[in-house]
Amino acid sequence: MTQTSLKLSTHSSPGRATAVDIINVTVRFTTDRGTVTALDNIDLQVPAGAFLTLLGPSGCGKSTLLRVVADLIEPASGSVTVLGSSPSVARGRRDIGFVFQDAALLPWRTAIQNVELPLEIGGQKPTKQRWSSKELLQLVGLAGWEHAFPHELSGGMRQRVAIARALITDPKLLLMDEPFGALDEITRDRLNEELLQIWASTGTTILFVTHSIYEAAFLGENVLLLAANPGRVKEIVPIPLPGNRKVSLRETKGFVDLVAQLRRVLETC
Amino acid sequence: MTTIMDQALPHRGFSADDGERERYQARIRALQWRKRLLPAVACFGILAIWEIAVRGFEIPPFLAPAPSAVAQVLYADFGLLMSNLLTTATEAILGFIIGNLAALIIATVFVYHRTTEEAFFPIAVMVHTVPVLAYAPILVLLLGNGLEAKIAISALICFFPTLVNMTRGLRNVSAQQLELMRILSASPREVFVKLRIKSSLPYLFSALKIAASTAVIGAIVGEWIGASNGLGALIIQATYNYNSPLLYATIVVGSAFSGLFFAIVSWAERRTLTWNVDEARS
Repeated sequence: MTQTSLKLSTHSSPGRATAVDIINVTVRFTTDRGTVTALDNIDLQVPAGAFLTLLGPSGCGKSTLLRVVADLIEPASGSVTVLGSSPSVARGRRDIGFVFQDAALLPWRTAIQNVELPLEIGGQKPTKQRWSSKELLQLVGLAGWEHAFPHELSGGMRQRVAIARALITDPKLLLMDEPFGALDEITRDRLNEELLQIWASTGTTILFVTHSIYEAAFLGENVLLLAANPGRVKEIVPIPLPGNRKVSLRETKGFVDLVAQLRRVLETC
Repeated sequence: MTTIMDQALPHRGFSADDGERERYQARIRALQWRKRLLPAVACFGILAIWEIAVRGFEIPPFLAPAPSAVAQVLYADFGLLMSNLLTTATEAILGFIIGNLAALIIATVFVYHRTTEEAFFPIAVMVHTVPVLAYAPILVLLLGNGLEAKIAISALICFFPTLVNMTRGLRNVSAQQLELMRILSASPREVFVKLRIKSSLPYLFSALKIAASTAVIGAIVGEWIGASNGLGALIIQATYNYNSPLLYATIVVGSAFSGLFFAIVSWAERRTLTWNVDEARS
C-alpha cells in the first residue's frame, strides 16, 4: 500500500515544519472475538499550523489515530513524532492539548478552576502563559461565567470550558475528538465558527475528528478520509475554500459540491 | 431549585423584573416552611393522642408511659442520662472514626491492587452477613468488658458500608477524565488527590450518614452484652426494673444523639458538596 501520493495542501508557504509525523503505524486490539486491526499501516505528515479534519465511518479508527498521537494508545508497530520528539515527551512539554467528546470537566471545580487545572498538574509549571484563564474564557465566549459550576452550564458552554482548558498551556498541537458531537446544531454551528477564529488567532495545529461531513468540510483545510476494517487512509481531499469561513458558506455551490464529493468517497469506505 | 436563581451572575435572557422575582422567592420560602412545619405538627399530634389514650384508658405506666411521664424523667434524671450518654457517645464516635478510617485505607488499597480486592472482598462480605448480635459476644470475650469491645463492635458495623461505597467511589472516574490526567502528565498521587478522592466524596458522605446511626446502634448493642455504664446498660436495667418511663427516656436520648450525629454529617456534606446538586436535591 503506497500512500506517498497523498499530500496535504495548505494555504501558507510550503516550507513549514512538520507538526505530526506518522510512519507505518499499526494498532491492534485483542477482544474476546479475536484481534481487530484498528489502524493498518498509516502514513501521514501534518505540517505545523494545519487544520486537518478526520472523517470516516464508525470503527475506522479516527479516534484511535488521535489517541496514538496523544500517547494514550501505544501502536503495535510504526512510529509517531510530534514536533520533533516522541508523543510522550511532547505531552510532558505541554505541547499537546486534547478536547474530548464529553467535556470531561471536574464537577467540583468552577469554570475558571477547570481551565486552570493543567497549571496545577504534571510537575513543571509553565514559565509564561500566553493567555490568562480569564482571557481564555472570554475567547470562548464565557465572560461572566468564571465562577459557575459545570452543572450550571449547558452542554455547549461546558465544551467551551474544555476548549479553554486545552488552550491554557498554549499547545502547539490541538487534538479534538468529536468535541461537538453531542451538541445541538445551532450551538455546533456557532462553535464551528468560533473554533476557526481561535485557530486563526493561536496558529496552533489542529487535528479534528468528526462524523459530520459538513463539519469536516467547513473546518478543515484538508479532510482525511479513513476506511474501516482495517482502519486505513482512503483519501485526502483538499478544501479550497477561503480562510475566514462563515456558516453561510455552507449554502454556496462550491461547498455543496465538496460535500457531495466527500459523501461519494465515504460510500466506498 | 434555587441554585441558579440565587447567584448574581449576569445571565443573558433573565429579565430584571424584581417584583416577579420577589414573588417567586416568597413562594419558594413558603414551600420550605411548609416542609419543616408539617412533620412537626404531625409529631405533636401523635404525642397528644398518645397522652390522651394513656390517661383515658388508664394504661399502667410500666406498660406504656405517657409522654408527660417520660418528659418528667428526662428532666429529673437528666444528670444520670447524660453521664450514660457520654459513655455511649465516646464509644460510638471512636468506633465511627476507627471503622471509617480503616474502610478508607482498605478501599484505597483495593482500588490500586486488584489482587488484594479479589482475595479479601468476599471475606468482608461474609463477615458483614454475620449479624451484630452474633459477633458482639465474641468481641466482648476477646476485648473484655470495657470500652474497647464496644468501640470494636461500633467500628465493625461502620466499616462495611463505607468500604463498599468508597471502593465504588474511588473508581467513579470516567475514562476521559483519566485520559485527561494522562495528557497532563499527572503523577499517580495527583490522580488520587485531584481526581479520585474528590469523585468519591458523594459516595463517602452517603456511607458516613449510614455509619452515623449504625455506630450508635453498635455501641448500645455492645453495652447490652455486658456493661455497667452507657445507654445500653441503662436500657437493660430499666427493663428489668419495669421502669418504663426511664426506658423511654433513654431511648429518646439515644435517638436524639443519633439524630444529632446524622445532622452533623449532613451539614458537613452540604458544606463540602456544594457542586453536587443532584445528590443534595434527592
